[in-house]
Amino acid sequence: MANLGIDVLFKGTNFFRLLQGLWVSVEISLVSVAISIVFGLLVGVLMTLNKLWLKAILKIYLEVVRIMPQMVLLFIVYFGTTRIFGWDITAEASAIFVFSFWGIAEMGDLVRGSIKSIPKIQFESAYALGMDKKQTYFYIILPQTIRRLIPLSINLITRMIKTTSLVMMIGIVEVLKVAQQIIEANRKVSPNAAFGVFAVVFLLYFIVCWPISRLAIYLEKRWA
Amino acid sequence: MRNKLFNRLTSGLLITALTATTLTACGSNNDTAAASDKTTTETSAKADASGFRTLDEIKESGTINIGVFSDKSPFGYVDENGDYAGYDVYLAERLGEDLGVKINYVSTEAANRIEYLQTGKVDIILANFTVTEERAEEVDFALPYMNVALGVVSPSDAVIESLDDIGADDQVIVISGTTAETYLTKNYPDIKLQKYDAYAEAKTAFENGNGVAWANDNTEVIAFAIENEGYTVGIPSLGDNDTIAPAVTKGNETLLTWLNDELKALGSEQFFHADYEATLIDTYGAEYEDTLVVEQ
Repeated sequence: MANLGIDVLFKGTNFFRLLQGLWVSVEISLVSVAISIVFGLLVGVLMTLNKLWLKAILKIYLEVVRIMPQMVLLFIVYFGTTRIFGWDITAEASAIFVFSFWGIAEMGDLVRGSIKSIPKIQFESAYALGMDKKQTYFYIILPQTIRRLIPLSINLITRMIKTTSLVMMIGIVEVLKVAQQIIEANRKVSPNAAFGVFAVVFLLYFIVCWPISRLAIYLEKRWA
Repeated sequence: MRNKLFNRLTSGLLITALTATTLTACGSNNDTAAASDKTTTETSAKADASGFRTLDEIKESGTINIGVFSDKSPFGYVDENGDYAGYDVYLAERLGEDLGVKINYVSTEAANRIEYLQTGKVDIILANFTVTEERAEEVDFALPYMNVALGVVSPSDAVIESLDDIGADDQVIVISGTTAETYLTKNYPDIKLQKYDAYAEAKTAFENGNGVAWANDNTEVIAFAIENEGYTVGIPSLGDNDTIAPAVTKGNETLLTWLNDELKALGSEQFFHADYEATLIDTYGAEYEDTLVVEQ
Protein backbone atom coordinates (compact mmCIF):
# COMPACT_ATOMS: atom_id res chain seq x y z
CA MET A 1 0.00 0.00 0.00
CA ALA A 2 1.20 3.47 -0.84
CA ASN A 3 2.59 5.68 1.87
CA LEU A 4 -0.36 7.69 3.12
CA GLY A 5 1.84 10.01 5.11
CA ILE A 6 0.30 9.27 8.49
CA ASP A 7 3.87 9.14 9.80
CA VAL A 8 4.07 12.95 9.63
CA LEU A 9 1.65 13.01 12.55
CA PHE A 10 4.23 11.38 14.78
CA LYS A 11 6.94 13.94 14.09
CA GLY A 12 7.68 16.19 17.03
CA THR A 13 4.55 17.35 18.79
CA ASN A 14 2.32 17.12 15.72
CA PHE A 15 -0.19 14.64 17.09
CA PHE A 16 -0.44 16.47 20.37
CA ARG A 17 -1.08 19.72 18.50
CA LEU A 18 -3.82 18.01 16.51
CA LEU A 19 -5.49 16.91 19.74
CA GLN A 20 -5.11 20.41 21.15
CA GLY A 21 -6.82 21.71 18.02
CA LEU A 22 -9.57 19.16 18.49
CA TRP A 23 -10.07 20.35 22.05
CA VAL A 24 -10.44 23.93 20.80
CA SER A 25 -13.17 22.80 18.38
CA VAL A 26 -14.90 20.69 21.00
CA GLU A 27 -14.74 23.42 23.62
CA ILE A 28 -16.25 26.07 21.36
CA SER A 29 -18.94 23.76 20.04
CA LEU A 30 -19.94 22.23 23.36
CA VAL A 31 -20.23 25.59 25.12
CA SER A 32 -22.30 26.88 22.19
CA VAL A 33 -24.43 23.73 22.14
CA ALA A 34 -25.13 24.05 25.88
CA ILE A 35 -26.17 27.67 25.46
CA SER A 36 -28.22 26.81 22.38
CA ILE A 37 -30.14 24.06 24.13
CA VAL A 38 -31.02 26.16 27.17
CA PHE A 39 -32.00 29.32 25.29
CA GLY A 40 -33.34 27.38 22.32
CA LEU A 41 -35.97 25.79 24.57
CA LEU A 42 -36.94 29.24 25.78
CA VAL A 43 -37.04 30.78 22.30
CA GLY A 44 -38.96 27.76 21.00
CA VAL A 45 -41.64 28.22 23.63
CA LEU A 46 -41.79 31.95 22.85
CA MET A 47 -42.24 31.09 19.18
CA THR A 48 -45.44 29.20 19.92
CA LEU A 49 -47.01 32.04 21.88
CA ASN A 50 -49.76 33.89 20.14
CA LYS A 51 -48.25 37.36 20.28
CA LEU A 52 -47.88 38.95 16.90
CA TRP A 53 -44.98 41.28 17.70
CA LEU A 54 -43.03 38.47 19.40
CA LYS A 55 -43.66 36.17 16.45
CA ALA A 56 -42.45 38.85 14.04
CA ILE A 57 -39.21 39.45 15.93
CA LEU A 58 -38.41 35.78 16.30
CA LYS A 59 -39.24 35.15 12.65
CA ILE A 60 -36.82 37.88 11.62
CA TYR A 61 -34.18 36.50 13.98
CA LEU A 62 -34.59 33.02 12.53
CA GLU A 63 -34.48 34.31 8.96
CA VAL A 64 -31.34 36.36 9.64
CA VAL A 65 -29.64 33.23 10.96
CA ARG A 66 -30.84 31.17 8.03
CA ILE A 67 -29.84 33.67 5.38
CA MET A 68 -26.47 34.77 6.74
CA PRO A 69 -23.61 32.35 6.27
CA GLN A 70 -21.88 31.61 9.56
CA MET A 71 -18.67 32.99 8.08
CA VAL A 72 -20.28 36.41 7.58
CA LEU A 73 -21.61 36.36 11.13
CA LEU A 74 -18.13 35.55 12.42
CA PHE A 75 -16.62 38.47 10.49
CA ILE A 76 -19.34 40.84 11.69
CA VAL A 77 -18.95 39.87 15.32
CA TYR A 78 -15.16 39.65 15.40
CA PHE A 79 -14.11 42.48 13.07
CA GLY A 80 -17.35 44.44 12.68
CA THR A 81 -17.91 45.18 16.36
CA THR A 82 -14.34 46.43 16.68
CA ARG A 83 -14.78 48.66 13.67
CA ILE A 84 -18.12 50.15 14.67
CA PHE A 85 -18.16 50.13 18.46
CA GLY A 86 -14.48 49.65 19.25
CA TRP A 87 -15.25 46.51 21.26
CA ASP A 88 -12.42 44.07 21.50
CA ILE A 89 -14.17 40.73 21.77
CA THR A 90 -11.76 37.80 21.83
CA ALA A 91 -11.89 35.40 18.92
CA GLU A 92 -13.16 32.58 21.14
CA ALA A 93 -15.97 34.68 22.60
CA SER A 94 -16.93 35.81 19.09
CA ALA A 95 -17.04 32.22 17.92
CA ILE A 96 -19.13 31.10 20.89
CA PHE A 97 -21.46 34.04 20.35
CA VAL A 98 -21.96 33.30 16.66
CA PHE A 99 -22.48 29.59 17.15
CA SER A 100 -24.89 30.22 20.02
CA PHE A 101 -26.73 32.85 17.98
CA TRP A 102 -27.12 30.30 15.23
CA GLY A 103 -27.87 27.37 17.54
CA ILE A 104 -30.52 29.20 19.56
CA ALA A 105 -32.45 30.15 16.43
CA GLU A 106 -32.38 26.70 14.86
CA MET A 107 -32.94 24.95 18.17
CA GLY A 108 -35.84 27.31 18.85
CA ASP A 109 -37.40 26.40 15.54
CA LEU A 110 -37.00 22.68 16.28
CA VAL A 111 -38.59 23.18 19.68
CA ARG A 112 -41.43 25.14 18.08
CA GLY A 113 -42.03 22.32 15.62
CA SER A 114 -41.97 19.70 18.35
CA ILE A 115 -44.40 21.62 20.55
CA LYS A 116 -46.72 22.14 17.60
CA SER A 117 -46.67 18.43 16.94
CA ILE A 118 -48.04 17.65 20.39
CA PRO A 119 -51.78 17.02 20.17
CA LYS A 120 -54.00 19.82 21.39
CA ILE A 121 -55.72 17.40 23.72
CA GLN A 122 -52.61 17.33 25.91
CA PHE A 123 -52.98 21.04 26.59
CA GLU A 124 -56.71 20.79 27.07
CA SER A 125 -56.42 17.86 29.47
CA ALA A 126 -53.84 19.68 31.52
CA TYR A 127 -56.02 22.79 31.72
CA ALA A 128 -58.98 20.60 32.62
CA LEU A 129 -56.96 19.21 35.52
CA GLY A 130 -56.56 22.75 36.77
CA MET A 131 -52.94 23.34 35.77
CA ASP A 132 -51.95 26.82 34.76
CA LYS A 133 -49.97 27.65 31.65
CA LYS A 134 -46.58 27.39 33.32
CA GLN A 135 -47.37 24.03 34.90
CA THR A 136 -48.79 22.70 31.65
CA TYR A 137 -45.62 23.55 29.77
CA PHE A 138 -43.27 22.39 32.48
CA TYR A 139 -44.90 19.08 33.42
CA ILE A 140 -46.83 18.04 30.34
CA ILE A 141 -45.60 19.64 27.15
CA LEU A 142 -41.83 20.09 27.54
CA PRO A 143 -41.07 16.50 28.64
CA GLN A 144 -42.85 15.21 25.54
CA THR A 145 -41.23 17.87 23.39
CA ILE A 146 -37.74 16.99 24.54
CA ARG A 147 -38.27 13.37 23.60
CA ARG A 148 -39.29 14.36 20.09
CA LEU A 149 -36.45 16.83 19.93
CA ILE A 150 -33.59 14.42 20.47
CA PRO A 151 -33.15 13.08 16.94
CA LEU A 152 -33.66 16.54 15.47
CA SER A 153 -31.19 18.29 17.73
CA ILE A 154 -28.48 15.68 17.16
CA ASN A 155 -28.35 16.83 13.55
CA LEU A 156 -27.92 20.41 14.67
CA ILE A 157 -25.30 19.59 17.31
CA THR A 158 -23.10 17.52 15.03
CA ARG A 159 -23.46 20.16 12.34
CA MET A 160 -22.30 22.79 14.83
CA ILE A 161 -19.28 20.72 15.80
CA LYS A 162 -18.25 20.32 12.18
CA THR A 163 -18.86 23.97 11.30
CA THR A 164 -16.39 25.09 13.96
CA SER A 165 -13.75 24.64 11.26
CA LEU A 166 -14.78 28.13 10.09
CA VAL A 167 -13.26 29.75 13.17
CA MET A 168 -9.85 29.56 11.50
CA MET A 169 -11.01 32.65 9.61
CA ILE A 170 -10.85 34.67 12.81
CA GLY A 171 -7.45 33.33 13.78
CA ILE A 172 -8.42 30.43 16.02
CA VAL A 173 -6.22 27.44 15.35
CA GLU A 174 -8.55 24.43 15.54
CA VAL A 175 -8.15 20.85 14.45
CA LEU A 176 -8.56 21.37 10.71
CA LYS A 177 -6.14 24.30 10.69
CA VAL A 178 -3.56 22.24 12.55
CA ALA A 179 -4.05 19.50 9.97
CA GLN A 180 -3.41 21.98 7.15
CA GLN A 181 -0.34 23.29 8.96
CA ILE A 182 1.05 19.78 9.32
CA ILE A 183 0.36 18.93 5.67
CA GLU A 184 1.93 22.14 4.40
CA ALA A 185 4.99 21.92 6.61
CA ASN A 186 5.66 18.46 5.15
CA ARG A 187 4.69 19.25 1.57
CA LYS A 188 8.14 18.39 0.26
CA VAL A 189 9.09 15.35 2.32
CA SER A 190 5.66 13.78 2.24
CA PRO A 191 3.50 15.12 -0.60
CA ASN A 192 0.73 12.56 -0.02
CA ALA A 193 0.33 13.42 3.65
CA ALA A 194 -2.96 15.22 2.96
CA PHE A 195 -4.83 11.94 2.59
CA GLY A 196 -3.54 10.37 5.76
CA VAL A 197 -3.82 13.48 7.88
CA PHE A 198 -7.36 14.24 6.76
CA ALA A 199 -8.30 10.61 7.36
CA VAL A 200 -7.14 11.00 10.95
CA VAL A 201 -9.08 14.28 11.27
CA PHE A 202 -12.15 12.45 9.97
CA LEU A 203 -11.63 9.83 12.63
CA LEU A 204 -11.27 12.50 15.33
CA TYR A 205 -14.54 14.19 14.33
CA PHE A 206 -16.15 10.76 14.34
CA ILE A 207 -14.86 10.04 17.84
CA VAL A 208 -16.44 13.30 19.01
CA CYS A 209 -19.77 12.97 17.22
CA TRP A 210 -20.39 9.26 17.65
CA PRO A 211 -20.86 9.24 21.45
CA ILE A 212 -23.37 12.04 21.02
CA SER A 213 -25.48 10.03 18.65
CA ARG A 214 -25.15 6.95 20.87
CA LEU A 215 -26.33 9.01 23.82
CA ALA A 216 -29.25 10.21 21.75
CA ILE A 217 -30.26 6.65 20.88
CA TYR A 218 -30.01 5.67 24.52
CA LEU A 219 -32.11 8.62 25.68
CA GLU A 220 -34.68 8.05 22.97
CA LYS A 221 -35.12 4.45 24.08
CA ARG A 222 -35.18 5.31 27.74
CA TRP A 223 -37.69 8.10 27.49
CA ALA A 224 -39.90 6.47 24.93
CA MET B 1 -8.53 24.61 32.24
CA ARG B 2 -11.85 24.24 33.98
CA ASN B 3 -11.62 27.82 35.15
CA LYS B 4 -11.01 29.02 31.59
CA LEU B 5 -13.94 26.99 30.32
CA PHE B 6 -16.11 28.46 33.04
CA ASN B 7 -15.03 31.98 32.08
CA ARG B 8 -15.87 31.36 28.47
CA LEU B 9 -19.16 29.80 29.43
CA THR B 10 -20.13 32.80 31.52
CA SER B 11 -18.96 35.30 28.92
CA GLY B 12 -20.87 33.38 26.29
CA LEU B 13 -23.97 33.32 28.45
CA LEU B 14 -23.62 37.02 29.19
CA ILE B 15 -23.42 37.92 25.55
CA THR B 16 -26.35 35.70 24.73
CA ALA B 17 -28.40 37.16 27.54
CA LEU B 18 -27.54 40.65 26.29
CA THR B 19 -28.71 39.89 22.77
CA ALA B 20 -31.77 38.16 24.10
CA THR B 21 -32.68 41.30 26.01
CA THR B 22 -31.97 43.60 23.10
CA LEU B 23 -33.92 41.29 20.83
CA THR B 24 -36.96 41.40 23.05
CA ALA B 25 -36.55 44.99 24.26
CA CYS B 26 -36.04 46.77 20.98
CA GLY B 27 -39.18 45.37 19.46
CA SER B 28 -39.76 46.17 15.86
CA ASN B 29 -36.75 48.49 15.67
CA ASN B 30 -34.55 45.47 15.88
CA ASP B 31 -34.61 44.32 12.30
CA THR B 32 -33.73 47.72 10.88
CA ALA B 33 -30.90 48.10 13.38
CA ALA B 34 -29.50 44.72 12.49
CA ALA B 35 -29.78 45.44 8.81
CA SER B 36 -27.99 48.78 9.05
CA ASP B 37 -25.27 47.15 11.12
CA LYS B 38 -24.53 44.86 8.28
CA THR B 39 -24.32 47.52 5.65
CA THR B 40 -22.06 49.68 7.77
CA THR B 41 -19.69 46.79 8.25
CA GLU B 42 -19.31 46.42 4.55
CA THR B 43 -19.18 50.06 3.59
CA SER B 44 -17.08 51.34 6.46
CA ALA B 45 -14.05 49.62 5.00
CA LYS B 46 -12.48 52.99 4.47
CA ALA B 47 -13.61 54.50 7.74
CA ASP B 48 -11.04 55.85 10.15
CA ALA B 49 -9.33 53.02 11.90
CA SER B 50 -8.57 54.38 15.31
CA GLY B 51 -7.79 50.94 16.63
CA PHE B 52 -4.07 50.76 15.89
CA ARG B 53 -1.31 50.91 18.49
CA THR B 54 1.59 53.30 18.12
CA LEU B 55 5.21 52.20 18.43
CA ASP B 56 5.36 53.42 22.04
CA GLU B 57 2.18 51.62 23.00
CA ILE B 58 3.55 48.38 21.56
CA LYS B 59 6.82 48.78 23.43
CA GLU B 60 4.98 49.59 26.64
CA SER B 61 2.74 46.54 26.41
CA GLY B 62 5.76 44.31 25.84
CA THR B 63 4.06 42.26 23.11
CA ILE B 64 3.63 42.80 19.41
CA ASN B 65 0.91 41.06 17.45
CA ILE B 66 2.19 39.89 14.10
CA GLY B 67 -0.08 38.26 11.53
CA VAL B 68 1.59 35.48 9.56
CA PHE B 69 0.46 32.51 7.52
CA SER B 70 0.55 29.26 9.43
CA ASP B 71 0.19 26.94 6.46
CA LYS B 72 2.16 28.50 3.60
CA SER B 73 5.49 26.76 3.60
CA PRO B 74 8.18 28.05 3.16
CA PHE B 75 7.00 31.62 3.89
CA GLY B 76 5.03 31.12 7.05
CA TYR B 77 4.25 27.74 8.56
CA VAL B 78 4.30 25.84 11.82
CA ASP B 79 7.02 23.24 12.24
CA GLU B 80 6.66 19.86 13.92
CA ASN B 81 7.39 21.33 17.34
CA GLY B 82 4.53 23.79 17.02
CA ASP B 83 6.81 26.79 16.41
CA TYR B 84 6.24 29.29 13.66
CA ALA B 85 8.91 29.27 10.96
CA GLY B 86 9.59 30.48 7.41
CA TYR B 87 10.89 33.48 5.48
CA ASP B 88 8.30 35.89 6.92
CA VAL B 89 8.68 34.53 10.43
CA TYR B 90 12.47 34.86 10.29
CA LEU B 91 11.93 38.59 9.74
CA ALA B 92 9.25 38.75 12.44
CA GLU B 93 11.61 37.18 14.98
CA ARG B 94 14.22 39.81 14.22
CA LEU B 95 11.70 42.66 14.48
CA GLY B 96 10.59 41.41 17.87
CA GLU B 97 14.17 41.13 19.03
CA ASP B 98 15.07 44.65 17.90
CA LEU B 99 11.93 46.12 19.44
CA GLY B 100 12.64 44.27 22.66
CA VAL B 101 9.15 42.80 22.84
CA LYS B 102 7.60 39.36 22.80
CA ILE B 103 5.83 38.24 19.64
CA ASN B 104 2.28 37.01 19.60
CA TYR B 105 1.78 35.26 16.25
CA VAL B 106 -1.70 35.43 14.80
CA SER B 107 -2.58 32.83 12.18
CA THR B 108 -4.07 34.74 9.23
CA GLU B 109 -5.66 33.72 5.96
CA ALA B 110 -5.24 35.49 2.63
CA ALA B 111 -8.83 36.72 2.88
CA ASN B 112 -8.65 38.37 6.31
CA ARG B 113 -5.24 40.11 6.30
CA ILE B 114 -6.68 43.57 5.63
CA GLU B 115 -9.46 43.16 8.22
CA TYR B 116 -6.89 42.28 10.86
CA LEU B 117 -4.94 45.47 10.22
CA GLN B 118 -7.96 47.75 9.89
CA THR B 119 -9.35 46.63 13.22
CA GLY B 120 -5.96 46.88 14.91
CA LYS B 121 -6.13 43.24 15.97
CA VAL B 122 -2.60 42.81 14.67
CA ASP B 123 0.14 45.44 14.52
CA ILE B 124 2.02 44.14 11.50
CA ILE B 125 1.11 41.70 8.75
CA LEU B 126 4.02 39.64 7.45
CA ALA B 127 2.06 37.15 5.39
CA ASN B 128 3.59 37.09 1.93
CA PHE B 129 1.59 40.27 1.30
CA THR B 130 2.00 41.48 -2.30
CA VAL B 131 1.89 45.25 -2.70
CA THR B 132 -0.93 46.35 -5.00
CA GLU B 133 -2.54 49.74 -5.55
CA GLU B 134 -5.92 48.57 -4.27
CA ARG B 135 -4.42 47.23 -1.08
CA ALA B 136 -2.32 50.35 -0.55
CA GLU B 137 -5.57 52.31 -0.23
CA GLU B 138 -6.60 50.12 2.70
CA VAL B 139 -3.31 49.60 4.55
CA ASP B 140 0.15 51.17 4.69
CA PHE B 141 2.98 49.14 3.19
CA ALA B 142 6.55 49.46 4.42
CA LEU B 143 9.58 48.96 2.16
CA PRO B 144 9.59 45.65 0.27
CA TYR B 145 11.65 42.63 1.29
CA MET B 146 10.95 40.27 -1.59
CA ASN B 147 10.24 40.28 -5.32
CA VAL B 148 7.56 38.39 -7.10
CA ALA B 149 7.18 38.33 -10.84
CA LEU B 150 6.10 35.93 -13.52
CA GLY B 151 8.33 33.12 -14.66
CA VAL B 152 8.36 30.75 -17.60
CA VAL B 153 9.52 27.16 -17.32
CA SER B 154 10.24 24.89 -20.28
CA PRO B 155 11.80 21.47 -20.92
CA SER B 156 15.60 21.55 -20.55
CA ASP B 157 16.14 20.30 -24.14
CA ALA B 158 14.19 23.23 -25.63
CA VAL B 159 14.61 26.06 -23.18
CA ILE B 160 12.68 29.23 -23.91
CA GLU B 161 14.70 32.20 -22.75
CA SER B 162 12.66 34.92 -24.35
CA LEU B 163 9.02 35.13 -25.29
CA ASP B 164 10.16 36.03 -28.82
CA ASP B 165 11.48 32.45 -29.18
CA ILE B 166 7.94 31.12 -29.17
CA GLY B 167 6.88 30.06 -32.64
CA ALA B 168 3.57 30.89 -34.26
CA ASP B 169 2.20 27.39 -33.72
CA ASP B 170 3.56 26.84 -30.23
CA GLN B 171 1.30 27.03 -27.23
CA VAL B 172 2.03 28.30 -23.73
CA ILE B 173 0.27 26.80 -20.74
CA VAL B 174 -1.29 29.13 -18.16
CA ILE B 175 -3.74 28.75 -15.31
CA SER B 176 -6.96 30.72 -15.82
CA GLY B 177 -7.37 33.78 -13.65
CA THR B 178 -3.71 34.17 -12.77
CA THR B 179 -1.59 37.23 -13.40
CA ALA B 180 0.31 35.20 -16.00
CA GLU B 181 -2.82 34.87 -18.13
CA THR B 182 -3.67 38.58 -17.84
CA TYR B 183 -0.14 39.66 -18.61
CA LEU B 184 0.33 37.45 -21.66
CA THR B 185 -3.09 38.25 -23.11
CA LYS B 186 -2.41 41.95 -22.75
CA ASN B 187 1.22 42.20 -23.82
CA TYR B 188 1.67 39.24 -26.14
CA PRO B 189 -1.68 38.78 -27.87
CA ASP B 190 -0.04 36.69 -30.62
CA ILE B 191 1.07 33.91 -28.29
CA LYS B 192 -1.43 31.05 -28.22
CA LEU B 193 -2.43 30.17 -24.69
CA GLN B 194 -3.62 26.85 -23.39
CA LYS B 195 -5.69 27.56 -20.30
CA TYR B 196 -6.33 25.22 -17.41
CA ASP B 197 -8.47 25.77 -14.37
CA ALA B 198 -6.36 24.05 -11.77
CA TYR B 199 -2.70 23.81 -10.95
CA ALA B 200 -2.73 20.02 -11.14
CA GLU B 201 -4.26 20.01 -14.64
CA ALA B 202 -1.77 22.55 -15.93
CA LYS B 203 1.07 20.54 -14.44
CA THR B 204 -0.06 17.28 -16.06
CA ALA B 205 -0.60 18.99 -19.41
CA PHE B 206 2.86 20.53 -19.26
CA GLU B 207 4.49 17.25 -18.28
CA ASN B 208 2.72 15.56 -21.21
CA GLY B 209 4.24 18.10 -23.57
CA ASN B 210 0.98 19.80 -24.54
CA GLY B 211 2.71 23.17 -24.52
CA VAL B 212 6.24 24.41 -25.14
CA ALA B 213 6.32 26.35 -21.89
CA TRP B 214 4.37 27.09 -18.73
CA ALA B 215 3.96 30.63 -17.40
CA ASN B 216 3.06 31.20 -13.75
CA ASP B 217 4.29 33.06 -10.66
CA ASN B 218 8.05 32.77 -10.66
CA THR B 219 8.17 31.19 -7.20
CA GLU B 220 5.85 28.45 -8.49
CA VAL B 221 7.79 27.69 -11.67
CA ILE B 222 11.14 27.78 -9.87
CA ALA B 223 9.89 25.33 -7.26
CA PHE B 224 8.49 23.15 -10.06
CA ALA B 225 11.80 23.07 -11.93
CA ILE B 226 13.66 22.12 -8.76
CA GLU B 227 11.24 19.35 -7.81
CA ASN B 228 11.02 17.90 -11.33
CA GLU B 229 14.10 16.85 -13.31
CA GLY B 230 14.49 17.92 -16.91
CA TYR B 231 12.90 21.34 -16.69
CA THR B 232 14.57 24.74 -16.68
CA VAL B 233 13.25 28.16 -15.81
CA GLY B 234 14.32 30.05 -18.95
CA ILE B 235 12.69 33.30 -17.91
CA PRO B 236 12.84 33.72 -14.14
CA SER B 237 11.46 37.24 -14.02
CA LEU B 238 8.94 38.57 -16.49
CA GLY B 239 6.60 41.50 -16.63
CA ASP B 240 5.75 43.92 -13.87
CA ASN B 241 7.80 43.32 -10.82
CA ASP B 242 5.60 43.06 -7.79
CA THR B 243 6.99 43.19 -4.32
CA ILE B 244 6.16 41.74 -0.97
CA ALA B 245 6.28 44.07 1.99
CA PRO B 246 5.25 44.30 5.64
CA ALA B 247 1.97 46.14 6.15
CA VAL B 248 0.64 48.18 9.07
CA THR B 249 -2.71 49.82 9.80
CA LYS B 250 -3.34 52.87 7.62
CA GLY B 251 -2.07 55.95 9.40
CA ASN B 252 0.18 54.19 11.91
CA GLU B 253 3.08 56.55 11.14
CA THR B 254 5.28 55.76 14.13
CA LEU B 255 5.32 52.04 13.48
CA LEU B 256 5.72 52.52 9.72
CA THR B 257 8.70 54.86 10.16
CA TRP B 258 10.35 52.48 12.58
CA LEU B 259 9.76 49.55 10.21
CA ASN B 260 11.27 51.40 7.26
CA ASP B 261 14.35 52.42 9.27
CA GLU B 262 14.66 48.87 10.52
CA LEU B 263 14.40 47.42 6.99
CA LYS B 264 17.14 49.80 5.82
CA ALA B 265 19.36 48.79 8.73
CA LEU B 266 18.72 45.13 7.97
CA GLY B 267 19.51 45.72 4.31
CA SER B 268 22.95 47.04 5.16
CA GLU B 269 23.79 43.77 6.89
CA GLN B 270 22.35 41.67 4.04
CA PHE B 271 19.76 40.28 6.44
CA PHE B 272 17.38 38.98 3.79
CA HIS B 273 20.11 37.00 2.05
CA ALA B 274 20.67 35.24 5.35
CA ASP B 275 16.92 34.81 5.68
CA TYR B 276 16.75 33.28 2.18
CA GLU B 277 19.59 30.92 2.96
CA ALA B 278 17.89 29.84 6.16
CA THR B 279 14.38 29.35 4.86
CA LEU B 280 13.92 29.43 1.09
CA ILE B 281 17.08 27.86 -0.32
CA ASP B 282 15.70 24.30 -0.07
CA THR B 283 12.71 25.21 -2.18
CA TYR B 284 14.16 27.68 -4.67
CA GLY B 285 17.88 26.93 -4.75
CA ALA B 286 20.81 29.34 -4.46
CA GLU B 287 20.52 30.44 -8.09
CA TYR B 288 17.47 32.61 -7.55
CA GLU B 289 18.58 34.31 -4.37
CA ASP B 290 19.23 37.64 -6.04
CA THR B 291 16.09 37.43 -8.18
CA LEU B 292 13.80 36.97 -5.20
CA VAL B 293 15.44 38.85 -2.37
CA VAL B 294 15.19 42.62 -1.96
CA GLU B 295 17.55 44.46 0.38
CA GLN B 296 16.99 48.11 1.16
